[in-house]
Amino acid sequence: MAKYLLLKHYRGGPAPVVDFPPMDQWAPAEVDAHVQWMHDFATRLQETGEFVNHQALSAEGTFVRHGGEGRPPVTDGPFAETKDLIAGWLIIDVETYERAVEVAGEYSAAPGPDGEPICEWLEVRPFLGSAPTVAE
Amino acid sequence: MNETLLRELIPAVTGVLVRRGADFATAEDAVQDALLRALATWPTEPPADPKGWLITAAWRKFLDATRAQSSRVARETRVAAEPPPGPTEDTADTLQLYFLCAHPSLTPASAVALTLRAVGGLTTRQIARAYLVPETTMAQRISRAKRTVSGVRFDELGDVATVLRVLYLVFNEGYSGEVDLADEAIRLTRQVRSMTQDEEVSGLLALMMLHHARRDARTTPDGALVPLAQQDRSRWDTELIAEGVAILQAALARDRLGEYQAQAAIAALHADAQTADETDWVQIVGWYDELDRLTDNPVVRLNRAVAVGEADGAQAGLAALELVDRAVPRYPAVEAYLRERAGDLALAARLYGDAARAATNIAERDHLTRQAARLNGVVRG
Repeated sequence: MAKYLLLKHYRGGPAPVVDFPPMDQWAPAEVDAHVQWMHDFATRLQETGEFVNHQALSAEGTFVRHGGEGRPPVTDGPFAETKDLIAGWLIIDVETYERAVEVAGEYSAAPGPDGEPICEWLEVRPFLGSAPTVAE
Repeated sequence: MNETLLRELIPAVTGVLVRRGADFATAEDAVQDALLRALATWPTEPPADPKGWLITAAWRKFLDATRAQSSRVARETRVAAEPPPGPTEDTADTLQLYFLCAHPSLTPASAVALTLRAVGGLTTRQIARAYLVPETTMAQRISRAKRTVSGVRFDELGDVATVLRVLYLVFNEGYSGEVDLADEAIRLTRQVRSMTQDEEVSGLLALMMLHHARRDARTTPDGALVPLAQQDRSRWDTELIAEGVAILQAALARDRLGEYQAQAAIAALHADAQTADETDWVQIVGWYDELDRLTDNPVVRLNRAVAVGEADGAQAGLAALELVDRAVPRYPAVEAYLRERAGDLALAARLYGDAARAATNIAERDHLTRQAARLNGVVRG
């Protein structure tokens, strides 16, 4: 088995193929349907024994760095125009890369306005694992 | 009684329940339940007869679970009529459990999880932690695996090669969490060896022991990889090496070579060398030729190129590498190694960089990055 991170972006990645308004402009029932669908999707992956973790992230963040010995950390942002903005992730533990791509394809079909699949781009990134015992 | 001894009893207890007429899936759940109770209560109330205690506790659980579906009286009558299990049947049942848990209809990951639970006697929580997934996910993986094999007849004879593949996977996972999977794989392979006459079981056991013997020397305290040639050989476990070599020699003497015996022979030749310079690379190349004949595996040909490079020089190694598909994982790392030995440091540095970016684990990536950095430093002067 290998773990993969399926990364959702608010911005960044290829141009969207479906042009839909931000979620706060959907009908409440459409938002509910979307949230329920996400929940069911995670449950299905739990049942197949492939679910590890999922999280959603706030749309705003702050950049932080070390500010020098004895000084407070330096902060910057939030930036309204950051090119790449991560929205959340799903971590799965699956048998093959092909399966990871398949799951991402299904995950991208979450319903949007009018129940149509939003077809958002998801980034699939393999985890670096631990070294095998028999290596040489 | 320690936890390992308790876990040793698990497959035999499941075997008893199945022979008494329980279906595998329900019996296995019942035994897991009894195991959890034993782990909780035995430290303060150790039983006089551990195995009898587990059988009774598991059988009660099984009856509770099936009470709704079938006539309890009929089952209890059957239990009373059941003779106590004899030792021979125990062994056959345990081996049968191994076959079932490694059944070809299971995916490798399912077979590993089921084996660790049903014959390894690990709890779902321990297995989940070892594989870094939530306990609910692992529980589902195990119950799906049990559904997959539910139609398999318990007395259907299995192929020991499938069991060995599963145990090899467990061994290669190493260890994270509270359970040492390498130790566990060795324990289970030892048990299979005590129940079968297959030379490849011995070959795999020897292979595991010979690699395990070097484990402490393979990494620095902070987890960095130490290549074989630079390992402190005084830190190798000589007792484990001696045992592995003896098991391998007994197997090889029976003249039924298989891939695990050939791999173990290579590991034994490394273990045999007092220093890296004394390694018998010519013999190792010979064993790689045998392995290549047995497996037709491109990874074998890749490793063979390294051995040829050591035996006959870097140019010969590079010539051997030309026979290998460039898409094989670790190809750039091997080419980098051979290029450096052939004196082409700039190319080697670049290839080590490529190899680091393609690495699938952190220790290897860091090791390859250090090699690239070292060579770039030399090239810059």
